[in-house]
Amino acid sequence: MQDIFETIIEGFQTLTLNKMRTGLAILGIIIGIGSVITLISLGQGSQKSIEDQIQSLGSNLLTVSPARQSSGGIMGAQGGSTSLTLSDAKKIEEKLSATLISKISPEYSSRSQVISGRNNTNVSIIGVYPQYADIKKITMSKGVFITERDNTSISKVAVLGPTTATDLFGEIDPIGKTIKAGNQTLKVIGVTVSKGGSGFNNPDDMIYVPLTTAQKQIFGKTNLTSISIEAKSKEIMVQAQDEIGYLLLSEHKLTSPEDADFTIMSQSDLLSTVSQVTGTLTALLGGIAAISLLVGGIGIMNIMLVTVTERTREIGLRKALGAKKKTIITQFLIESILLTFIGGIFGMIFGLTASFVISKIMNLSYVISVSSIALAIGVSSIIGIVFGLYPAKKAANLQPIEALRYE
Amino acid sequence: MSEFRGDNMIKVSKLSKIYSIGEVKTIALDNVSFQIDKGEYVAIMGPSGSGKSTLMHILGILDMPTKGNYFLDGQKVSQLTEDESAEMRNKKIGFIFQAFNLLPRTTAMQNVMLPMRYANISKVDRFKKAKKYLEMVGLGNRLDHTSNQLSGGQQQRVAIARGLAMDPAILLADEPTGNIASAQAEEIMSIFEKLNNQGHTIVMITHESDIAKHAKRIIHIKDGKIEKDERNNLKVKS
Repeated sequence: MQDIFETIIEGFQTLTLNKMRTGLAILGIIIGIGSVITLISLGQGSQKSIEDQIQSLGSNLLTVSPARQSSGGIMGAQGGSTSLTLSDAKKIEEKLSATLISKISPEYSSRSQVISGRNNTNVSIIGVYPQYADIKKITMSKGVFITERDNTSISKVAVLGPTTATDLFGEIDPIGKTIKAGNQTLKVIGVTVSKGGSGFNNPDDMIYVPLTTAQKQIFGKTNLTSISIEAKSKEIMVQAQDEIGYLLLSEHKLTSPEDADFTIMSQSDLLSTVSQVTGTLTALLGGIAAISLLVGGIGIMNIMLVTVTERTREIGLRKALGAKKKTIITQFLIESILLTFIGGIFGMIFGLTASFVISKIMNLSYVISVSSIALAIGVSSIIGIVFGLYPAKKAANLQPIEALRYE
Repeated sequence: MSEFRGDNMIKVSKLSKIYSIGEVKTIALDNVSFQIDKGEYVAIMGPSGSGKSTLMHILGILDMPTKGNYFLDGQKVSQLTEDESAEMRNKKIGFIFQAFNLLPRTTAMQNVMLPMRYANISKVDRFKKAKKYLEMVGLGNRLDHTSNQLSGGQQQRVAIARGLAMDPAILLADEPTGNIASAQAEEIMSIFEKLNNQGHTIVMITHESDIAKHAKRIIHIKDGKIEKDERNNLKVKS
């Protein structure tokens, strides 16, 4: 053991003799390990962000959406179907609110250009009932949310997400101001609290209006784009999902579940779908980064081969003085492991820093996974062994006389 | 000369080394037999191409003979595996090379301690012995100088200390003064003289008769055969 320790120190000293070369060899590993950690950590971060967002909505949530409808063999576009209506929502509420569901929120949403003074933005406008705020856990930072009365009177009012509020009004308080959506002028009555989302369907970048206003005044449609339903408890989720399904089938006069013109997704369905997609994406990104790690490993092998050739005389001398094959192999393996290990440590620091900065910029959760640290230390050492073994064996197999004669 | 009758340190019998490159066979050593006793100081002399380097490689267990036997310190070493040879070299032979062959940018102490490391000698003992031998060759004030900070003669003296480190059966010197200025060469020769007087067995390969005449016995080699094996009556006093 004492000897291994000495060999490590000696290897370290040898590596410091040619700093430029050592640095470049290590750089390859730093970039490799760094990019693997960065990409995996960003992948996991975005996965976590999306999952958090979904989970923040509660685990009892079911979402009914229109599905593509096949009529005479022609498939309608996904979500473009108009099969879901307010009467479906009313029916579900009527039949199931006693037993299975606690809240139901019919919704109509679509994107539209919205103007306020000189500012304009393209934003998702969603027509809702007040239950929407309960189900999606929306709270107000200013003003009030859409009320039942706004719906019955088809009021031309709007509640803004914080991002939309900033886009349209900057620092000015938007309450009481007006915005133009479609050809309607709406009065701003409230601003929601930021939920820190990103990407599509970001709850911070939305305009909430009464459902009736959205359907009749802004978009001129009668269908719904979704119905959000909160089940009474987590345990009856499956039952609720089934009951809603049968109810809607009979409402739509369909006999077989295969013909269903709607889908019912639970949070856990959504979560597993999203996790699967982001998981695949993370693996893909990690895989691409692993290629750079492989290239770094080949760089180490190259440097070690050059080193062995350059130090042929030294190897010959060591063998003449009594170094056995194993001793020489150990010496050169330790040098290559040192290279990759140091590269791994710096790569880890680089990767964690880079993913921290990028996740802050992109507003993602920052995930330090233990696996990425294990990866940095483990994989880099393994690379040192794998790519160092051939040069080390080459060194150990040199014949002492040939090596001593080598000029 | 004295009728020194010690044990056989080196016993070589009917040793041949034949190199075959394709169809061409070169006989480097042809049926060579001799003995060297403990405490002898022998120079092996010959012009280049005489086979003296081949003989030195076999004596140093850096190469194996094609035919014949070689006993070193009572042990048969003609056919050993690579690792067994390494161990033999480590324990029985102290090498002194023409080009010194010190590890570059490494201190005198570390160079001398290297063979002891391969023998798994404890750090404390290594340090003590290395210091002792470096002082013995007159480098007590250069312990922590790296090889490139030392002159040729000094480097060769470090190499001698390294050769002595394992208390080997023989000191095997290959043209030890070949790369050294003549004034310093004399110093090296006087160290050899001193070591021999202390009882060390020294085998020195050289092509210079000026150097060979320091030895007590000279074996002349020519065309792979021993041409003459003489006691050196003209031995210079240093």
